[in-house]
Amino acid sequence: MEHHKVLRVVTRLLTPLILLFALYVQFHGDFGPGGGFQAGVIFGAGVILFAIVFGMQRCMRALPPSLMRIIAGGGVLLYAGVGVAGILLGGNYLEYNMLGAGAIAGQHLGINLIEVGVGATVAAMMVCLFYCFAGGEVDGESQGEGGADG
Amino acid sequence: MTAAHLPVLQVVAPLLAAPLCVMLRAPLAAWLLTCAVAVIAIVIAAILLFTVTAGDGAVLIYALGGWAAPWGIEYRVDIVGAFVLVIITGINLVAVLCGRASVMREIPAERVFLFYTGWLLCLTGMLGIAVSGDVFNVFVFLEIASLASCLLVSLGRDRRCLSAAFRYLLMGSVGATFILIVVGLLYQMTGTLNMADLAARLPPLAQSRTLQVAFAFLTVGVGLKAAVFPLHFWLPGAYAFAPSMAAVFLAGTSTKASVYILLRFFFSVMGAELSFDAMRLHWFLLPLALAGIFAASVAAIYQSDVKRLLAFSSVAQVGYMILGVATGSGAGLAAALVHLFNHALMKSALFFVVACMVLRVGGARLADLAGVGKRMPLTAAALVVSGLSLVGFPFTAGFISKWALLAAALDSHGWWLALLVLASSLLAVVYMWRVVEAVYCAPKTASAESQTVTEAPLPLLIGAWLLAAANVVFGLSTELSLGIAERAAVLLIGDAP
Repeated sequence: MEHHKVLRVVTRLLTPLILLFALYVQFHGDFGPGGGFQAGVIFGAGVILFAIVFGMQRCMRALPPSLMRIIAGGGVLLYAGVGVAGILLGGNYLEYNMLGAGAIAGQHLGINLIEVGVGATVAAMMVCLFYCFAGGEVDGESQGEGGADG
Repeated sequence: MTAAHLPVLQVVAPLLAAPLCVMLRAPLAAWLLTCAVAVIAIVIAAILLFTVTAGDGAVLIYALGGWAAPWGIEYRVDIVGAFVLVIITGINLVAVLCGRASVMREIPAERVFLFYTGWLLCLTGMLGIAVSGDVFNVFVFLEIASLASCLLVSLGRDRRCLSAAFRYLLMGSVGATFILIVVGLLYQMTGTLNMADLAARLPPLAQSRTLQVAFAFLTVGVGLKAAVFPLHFWLPGAYAFAPSMAAVFLAGTSTKASVYILLRFFFSVMGAELSFDAMRLHWFLLPLALAGIFAASVAAIYQSDVKRLLAFSSVAQVGYMILGVATGSGAGLAAALVHLFNHALMKSALFFVVACMVLRVGGARLADLAGVGKRMPLTAAALVVSGLSLVGFPFTAGFISKWALLAAALDSHGWWLALLVLASSLLAVVYMWRVVEAVYCAPKTASAESQTVTEAPLPLLIGAWLLAAANVVFGLSTELSLGIAERAAVLLIGDAP
C-alpha cells in the first residue's frame, strides 16, 4: 500500500474518527439507538481498516493478539460479573437497582457496564477473527507472515 | 439466601469460568478450573433435583434482573429440567475429572485452553437449555452449545474433523434458524416469549395456520439438532472425528439437551392436547422413529470405525426416545425420559472405553482394536458391561429403559410395535458383538502386539469403570432413574392446559 497516498492519508484521518464514533455509539446507546454490539463492530472495523492499509505488523504492535484475547475474555467477565454483583448486593442476577445510589442510577450504571463488556468482546473478537484470516498469530501458532499487507 | 439463586448460578458458574480459561491459557490451570466448575455444577444440580422432587414437586422460579415473568426472562426448574441437569453435570464431571490424559494426548498443549473453553461454553449452553423458561433464551443457549461443540469437534487430530465440524455447523445453523423462526411466529401470534404464558395463550389458536407452520418448523429444527432420523447425517462425522473426550461429553449430553427441547415445546409450550390431538404428532414421529432405529442400527453394523459405529448407534437410540414420545402415553414418555438418562450413561461409558483404547493403540478402527482385550483386560471388561447395557441385557440400565419402552409399546400399539423394538435390539447385539469380537477374538495386529499397549492410565480407567458401574447400579436400583422419569412424565403430560 506504500504507493496509495490517498488511501493512506484518508485512513490516517478517518481511523481516529471511526474509533471515536464507536465510543459515541457505545455510550449514547443508553439514550438512543446504539449499544455495545454495534459499537464493538464499528471499533473493530476501524482497527481492521488501519491494519489493511498500514499492514498487519504495525497493527499487531499496537494491539497484540494476546491483548485482544484478554479484552475478549474480560468483556464476558465484566458482563457476567455485573450480574453476580447484583446477587452479592442482595438482588437477583443482573438486577441493577442496587448498583447505584438509587434505582435509576443503578439501572444506568448496570446497563452501561454490561454494554461496555459487550462492546469490548465484540471489538476484540472482530480483530481476532481478522488476525486469524489474515494469517496472523492468535492462539499460539503462527500461520505464516501477514498476508494482508498486499 | 444463595439457595434462591441456584437456578442462575448453575449457568453462571461455567459462563464465568469460560473467559477465565481463555485468559489463563495454561493447560493445567484450564483443566483445574473446569474441574472446579464440574464439581460446583453437579452439587447445584443435585440440590436442585432434591428440592424439586421433595414433596409433590415444587417448581423453582427465578426472575432475571428482578423483572417479573411475562416481561422479564424467567428461569424455571421443575423435575424434568432438574433431571436433565443431573444427567448433563454427571457425565460432565466424570469426563472432566478422569479424561485429562486423553485430552493432553490428543490436543496440542497450546490449544488445550481452547478445548476447555469450548467445553465450558458447551456446558453453559446445555445447562441453560434445561433451566430456561423463556423460548428465546432456549434458542440462545442452544446456539451457545452448538457453536461450542463445533469448536470441540474441530480440535480433533484428524484433518477430516474440520469438514465434520463444518457440516455440523451448517446443519446446526439450519436447525437453529428454524427454531428462531418458530420463536418469531409464536411471538407474533401471542406477544410473549415466556413458556408458561405461551402455554396459556396457544390453545385457542390451535386452528391457525401460523401455529401449524410454527409446529412444522419446530419439529424439523429441533429434529436436526437432536439427530432424529433422517436429519442425523451430521452426527456420525462429528462424533467420529471429535477428540475422544469431547465425543464422551457430546454423546452423553448434546442430543439429550435437544430431545429435552423437543419435549419442552411439545408438552409444556404447545401442550400434549395440541401436539397429539390437533397436530397428529405421533403419525409422523412413530414411522420416523422406527425407520431411524432400523436404518441407523443397520448402518452401525457396517462401520469399520468404532466411534462411527457408536455414533450411528446414538442415532438409533434417539429413535427409541422419539418412539417413547410418539406412543403419546405417560408410560411412553417416562420410557423416553428414562432412556435419556440410561443412554447418556451407556454411550458415555462406551465412548470412554474407546477413548482409553485410542490412547494406547492410536486409532479407533476395528482393525486397530484387534486383540487389545488381552493387553487391556480391565478396559475391555468395561466395554463388555456397557455394551450389554446398550443391548438391553437384564441387570443393566439398558434393560430398564427397554422394558419400560416395551411395556409402553404394548399398551399403546399392541404386539407388533413391541416385536419391532425387540428385533431392533438384536441389531444392537450384532454391532456390539463386532466390537467385542475385535477386542477379544481377533488375532493381534502389529500395533496391539507392541509392548506400549498396556492398561489405560488409572484416572481414565476409573472414569470408564465409574460409568460402566453406573450402568449396573441404575439397572438394579431404578428409584433415581425410572422413579423420577415417571414423575417428570406426569408433570409434562399434566402441563397440558
